[in-house]
Amino acid sequence: MIEANAVYVIIAREFKKFIREKTRLVSTIARPLVWLFLVGGGMSRLVPAGGGVSYMQFIFPGILGMTILFSSIFSSISIIWDKEFGFMKEILVAPISRFSIVVGKAMSGMVLSTLQAGIILAFFPVLGLKIGLAAVIGILLVSAVLAFAISSLGIVLASFYDSYESFSVIMNFIVMPMFFLSGAMYPVKLMPPVLRFFTRVNPLTYGIDAIKHLSLPAAAGTMGADFPLLLDLSVIVAASIVLVTIGGKSFERKG
Amino acid sequence: MPDYYLLHLRMKIVVVENLVKRFGPVTAVDGISFNVEENSIFGFLGPNGAGKTTTISILCTLLEPTSGKAFLNGHDCSSESSAVRKSIGIVFQDSSLDKDLTARENLMFHAQLYNVAKQERRERVGDALSFAGLQDRADDLVKKFSGGMKRRLEVARGLIHKPKVLFLDEPTLGLDPQSRSNLWEFITELPRRHNVTIFMTTHYMEEAEVCDRIAIIDKGKIIASGTPQGLKKLIGGDVIYLKSTDNGRAIATLREKFGIEASEKEDEIFMSTPRGDSSIPSIIRELGESVLSVRMQRPTLNDVFLKLTGKEIREENHSSGSDVKESVRSYRRRHDRG
Repeated sequence: MIEANAVYVIIAREFKKFIREKTRLVSTIARPLVWLFLVGGGMSRLVPAGGGVSYMQFIFPGILGMTILFSSIFSSISIIWDKEFGFMKEILVAPISRFSIVVGKAMSGMVLSTLQAGIILAFFPVLGLKIGLAAVIGILLVSAVLAFAISSLGIVLASFYDSYESFSVIMNFIVMPMFFLSGAMYPVKLMPPVLRFFTRVNPLTYGIDAIKHLSLPAAAGTMGADFPLLLDLSVIVAASIVLVTIGGKSFERKG
Repeated sequence: MPDYYLLHLRMKIVVVENLVKRFGPVTAVDGISFNVEENSIFGFLGPNGAGKTTTISILCTLLEPTSGKAFLNGHDCSSESSAVRKSIGIVFQDSSLDKDLTARENLMFHAQLYNVAKQERRERVGDALSFAGLQDRADDLVKKFSGGMKRRLEVARGLIHKPKVLFLDEPTLGLDPQSRSNLWEFITELPRRHNVTIFMTTHYMEEAEVCDRIAIIDKGKIIASGTPQGLKKLIGGDVIYLKSTDNGRAIATLREKFGIEASEKEDEIFMSTPRGDSSIPSIIRELGESVLSVRMQRPTLNDVFLKLTGKEIREENHSSGSDVKESVRSYRRRHDRG
């Protein structure tokens, strides 16, 4: 059972804290821009434009994916902070189902990540991309579904830890590999078969691939999308449902 | 019999029967039974690690008991957790406020989480703020508050949804004496003003004097229960503490001459007599020059605990209690990651 009041109030709290913490807002926006312009700008001297897109244009969907990945995981990891500082108890003893808490947290991640992805997306004219209104809406919708899936994954991860020291473990062993094995920085087609396997089981890959379809529709060959759009959408929707269910289960355990 | 049983459940706001909770090899709560009258102040007393917080966690539906039953407001704490949660408010040992939100925001969050009707929310939050004496700090972040202010805010928050039972787990822990006595004034008014039963734990014996009834718990078992006055009668009069050059001989003399059973603790012997003021002169006459010091006091709950267990309730660092707490914590770290 999902209580709408609980979901709403959990999202409202996260949103309020997010806009209050200016440094967090700045750093979550700054990271993708640093990657886009410094890494992307540098690499584009090395990697020639191909299939009608420059390297910076090519990594733009990946940078949106990165924004969503980091902000969604960060949002869910706040559960560990809530446990550490005691606030989680206030939520756990309230007359609401565990699943409402999980859905509330996943939707908080979704709202905040989509907002940040939207801010990064607004930089597309700087890169010389032409994206129509319909595609912009499409990208935001894909971002929302992807963010919901990754936030749910973050909740599953957070349920295994109860101190914030585990944060760096999650960052180094899960988030960074997920980013590099997602086709964000280099086409999946060019990866060696072993890495390609990990790329294929990574939900982020399909989210980024869907954004490639929408933002670089004309890109051809290796620089273009790797999978059919329908497959991308099906995978991220399925991942959302599966991960939020696992998140709900992981929250229901009692001692 | 079943009728009587149902009546029993309806009359008492909290009913606990044969409750057991084990964490792996550690038995934190070992078959306890007690009940609590509506709109009273009930005190759960014991040293750290005696099983107080574990019992509260079961009553609050945060833990599943290993065996036994617990009922709150007529609802089963393990099978009707939602109904139980609606009937309770809790102030935990460690603060559970969001320090990055203001006092008002913390209260509003709570009101919404407990589905308080929209038109009532503002009023109840305002009442809670004035009750906690925090009207002029309502829009300050909680991280700027003192320990006493935070605790008052938490108590007020726990009452917003009009619970039947308010749990206070070591409410004065870590507060300075001034805030402690202020908080007690505030707490003792609650049953009358808010129509609520207070269920509190403490290991400060003197604080338990305000309770209507007390249960003393040690090593997971209830070793005595009753009113504070009733428990103090267990001592049978006044308590005399005495130091002498030879405590062993003094104890023997007291037994032979007066029939008093004295015990030794940290080179002081203590005993209880019906009339301390009139026994002291004759005791001193009998023990003569060996007496180094004598003091007498009216019995406190600490004396009751000392008499029942042979140790002081505050010997937290030496008692087995803190070991239990540590092993429970490490067990839970391994098994209860939810």
